[in-house]
Amino acid sequence: MQDKEPPIRIVVPGRTYRCDYDATHSPMFHQVEGLVIDETTHMGHLKGCLIDFCRAMFQVDDLPVRFRPSYFPFTEPSAEVDIGCTREGGEFRIGHGDDWLEILGCGMVNPKVLENCGIDSSKYQGFAFGMGVERIAMLKYGIPDLRTFFESDLRWLRHYGFSALDVPDMTGGLNR
Amino acid sequence: MKITFGWLKEHLETDASLIEITDKLTMLGLEIESVSERAQGLENFVVGHVVEATKHPDADKLQVCRVDNGSEIFDVVCGAPNARTGLKGIFAASGSYIPGIDVTLKAASIRGVESNGMLLSEREMGLSDEHDGIVELADDAPIGALAVSIMGLDDPVIDIAITPNRGDCLGIRGIARDLAAAGLGTLKALDETPINGTFESPIKVTIDLEPAYGDACPQFVGRYIRGVKNVESPKWLKDRLLAIGLRPITALVDITNLMTIEHCRPLHVFDADKVSGNIHARMARDGETLLALDGKEYALDSEITVIADDNQAEAMGGVMGGEASGCTEDTVNVFVESALFDPIRTSSTGRRLNLQSDARFRFERGIDSAFLVPGMEIATRLILDICGGEPSELVIAGTEPDRSLSIPLRPARVKELAGVEVDVAEMQRILGVLGFSVTHVGEPWTVSVPTWRNDIVGEACLVEEIVRVHGYDKIPTTPMQRDEVVPHPAWTLDQRRRADIRRTLASRGLVEAVTLSFMDFEQARLFGGGADDLKLLNPISSDLGIMRPSILPNLIAAAGRNADRGIADCPLFEVGPQFSGDEADGQAIVAAGLRAGRRGRRNWAEAPRAVDAFDAKADALAALAVAGAPTAKLQTLLQAPGWYHPGRSGTLNLGPQTVLAAFGEIHPGILAKMGVKGPVVGFEVYLDNVPKTKGKKAKGTTRPLLKLSPFHPVSRDFAFVVDEDIAADAVIRAAKSADKELITDVSVFDLFAGGNLGEGRKSLAVNVTLQPTRQTLTDGEIEAVSKKLVAAVEKSTGGVLRT
Repeated sequence: MQDKEPPIRIVVPGRTYRCDYDATHSPMFHQVEGLVIDETTHMGHLKGCLIDFCRAMFQVDDLPVRFRPSYFPFTEPSAEVDIGCTREGGEFRIGHGDDWLEILGCGMVNPKVLENCGIDSSKYQGFAFGMGVERIAMLKYGIPDLRTFFESDLRWLRHYGFSALDVPDMTGGLNR
Repeated sequence: MKITFGWLKEHLETDASLIEITDKLTMLGLEIESVSERAQGLENFVVGHVVEATKHPDADKLQVCRVDNGSEIFDVVCGAPNARTGLKGIFAASGSYIPGIDVTLKAASIRGVESNGMLLSEREMGLSDEHDGIVELADDAPIGALAVSIMGLDDPVIDIAITPNRGDCLGIRGIARDLAAAGLGTLKALDETPINGTFESPIKVTIDLEPAYGDACPQFVGRYIRGVKNVESPKWLKDRLLAIGLRPITALVDITNLMTIEHCRPLHVFDADKVSGNIHARMARDGETLLALDGKEYALDSEITVIADDNQAEAMGGVMGGEASGCTEDTVNVFVESALFDPIRTSSTGRRLNLQSDARFRFERGIDSAFLVPGMEIATRLILDICGGEPSELVIAGTEPDRSLSIPLRPARVKELAGVEVDVAEMQRILGVLGFSVTHVGEPWTVSVPTWRNDIVGEACLVEEIVRVHGYDKIPTTPMQRDEVVPHPAWTLDQRRRADIRRTLASRGLVEAVTLSFMDFEQARLFGGGADDLKLLNPISSDLGIMRPSILPNLIAAAGRNADRGIADCPLFEVGPQFSGDEADGQAIVAAGLRAGRRGRRNWAEAPRAVDAFDAKADALAALAVAGAPTAKLQTLLQAPGWYHPGRSGTLNLGPQTVLAAFGEIHPGILAKMGVKGPVVGFEVYLDNVPKTKGKKAKGTTRPLLKLSPFHPVSRDFAFVVDEDIAADAVIRAAKSADKELITDVSVFDLFAGGNLGEGRKSLAVNVTLQPTRQTLTDGEIEAVSKKLVAAVEKSTGGVLRT
């Protein structure tokens, strides 16, 4: 944001770190952050963008997606996004159901963040979101333990890996 | 934060059901963690009176109890040691379902005695693991009454995750206020009417703080109450505390807990007879200690706010009271504190002392600066009701800090920022119920923020309040605007290169891995790491204590783990960061890979062979080629870093300074230290060093005109005897330089040392391809080129044609 004038539309994947270690916490994991800054983007666009994303990622066309108020210091208003799921009979499934699962955090960029980056917050606004890559993979593919991502067990890598040439694109979509 | 439904309704006049309330709370941003309807499944159990307990005629450990359920008397065979005549317990009739043990009761004969029903333990009711005996109720429990109401279980418990900005919702009243704003009822009025003190407090309060520490405790409200009885709390109060997981202690302690949970107004009650002289809010003295109410002694210092008497510190402000002046059952005179403490100082004190408390949790989020006196009045009324006594006049030291804040709000911003149309009257109603006062003469409106909402600092916060209460679900979903029909590529050159390299290496049979960015300190030293600035301050474990200086050690360790599981042939790669310093340029992106064990499986056509340095070189070259590096211009130098085998490794350079890649066998000494069996070969491609443009004419997409020669190429072999330390690469380069137009390819196909070549000499056989462009080559022309080639090799490498 400091280098570029709006409009800005970026997606930033990267390694992130924390001091935690159990089946759902690892000292290193990956996060994808997205940012849109222009003069007119509002929360309705944020909803549109993330609902499309969730439905495409989990390959459920009518996946229920819920935006729930929350708090992040760098967004205002802030929301957490839940997707529909069921846990009936001890089996977890993403889609229509009686339960919700938190999947990512988002919100409208706090005007102070814009000002601190030298962007005029009376002119520009936009949204930001962030999600954990491994968490989404765990849900999508049913991987029970986050730590296994980083153990480089060949059996695991071959089981959950993809063909070298299997690349999602606009025409082919997500294959896996 | 746990609350009960009934407790919430003390503040919220509502007809809404539990499920309506909990659904709404989540959609207000007060996320429901769990709802426990503890009475569920226990509705049929009643208070039973054991009229008579006699020993079972045929069993030592059983008794036959005659149990009165209020209308009938049943014989119940019971094995509990505490079953006795006169006891009042929980009676379950035959036919009822016992949730804790998943059994439906049937009338049965137990060792010859008919048993109809059961007296229940807590475990059988599903309340706890307690199974040492049956539940014992108070003697005055009415026979036949519903067990859940006697046990205080008929009030559902709601557990809410409060986000760090909503300190005001760490009191039940704050939660009720949000629900009222959302239209689920009205907030009941609080009885804050002042209580007339009948005497002047014998304990005075001073705030003894230097101006620089003025924020530590801006205001202190106290009251002396004499002649109290610190009794056991009444049932309603104990039931509520138990429901939310707090242990009732004595009425005075329980009342302070109630004030914390219900009003987010932590109080402290001193036993006034244990306070020497007056009360002072001051900074602690270095070396001062305090035995706190948790039974631990804390060392204080001059950054910690304390409430002290004339002699010593008696409480840590905003964190925890002291044992010495705490209340006991014998307490008669009390001094109640309702004070304001600085959030940041409270937080840092708690962190440094590693001391969490309900008070700290609230003070560090900021509590209502205008609620010191009303909170004191409410607490006084409770104390007088429950413990009796006579209140003094209020003692007030300091002043309420001025937290008034007015924010201009343009109502149109709601639609602009949130994308939803909210009626202006509805906006004003929402803000009003939340406690904001709105002046809406002209625009922008002036909105003044209530003293309990320290999280509201700007217009965007007000928009959030309005939209949050109005409902995020009412925001219409809007598609993103597309600025261009065909989007420009999103990837940068670096991103494209990484993706291409991943695919190339994967298609060469290497499996992509992602290993941690950290590693073991001692092993890092083997790979050129170990710098202090890369050590983690708080590593998850000692073998993950430093940022990795190279990706290879993590891959080698992975190969070792795979070998331990029986997979010795392990091809892995990773594209990721390696670290050389803690500055921005101390992180380089590297594609590293390794192959361990053998290539190929055992088969009838070809014997598998051990991996070697050339496998790693080929992988590195393939990665460089797809990244767009000028592979034809690369030099192979014997300069690989120390973790490679000194004689079976090299670097791929673009000039002497620019190292694009290193490859080779991993040093056997390092494998031994890491406990990994060889051979292991690896490579590292330093992506940041690969030139960003392909030569000077990188503009546009046109390519040089393709000239295809119609003439047959000629292949000739040459063998050169050179000194042992001459790289084959040098011979190839020299050979190519002999005629850049005619010679299109030179490759090494044989290597021989020993025999009659002599010590320190080797023979390199190369195959040279000559491609004529104007006419078929004559023998003479081939001979002439051959001579030039032999001369060029001799000149630059000292090699002579082997005869």
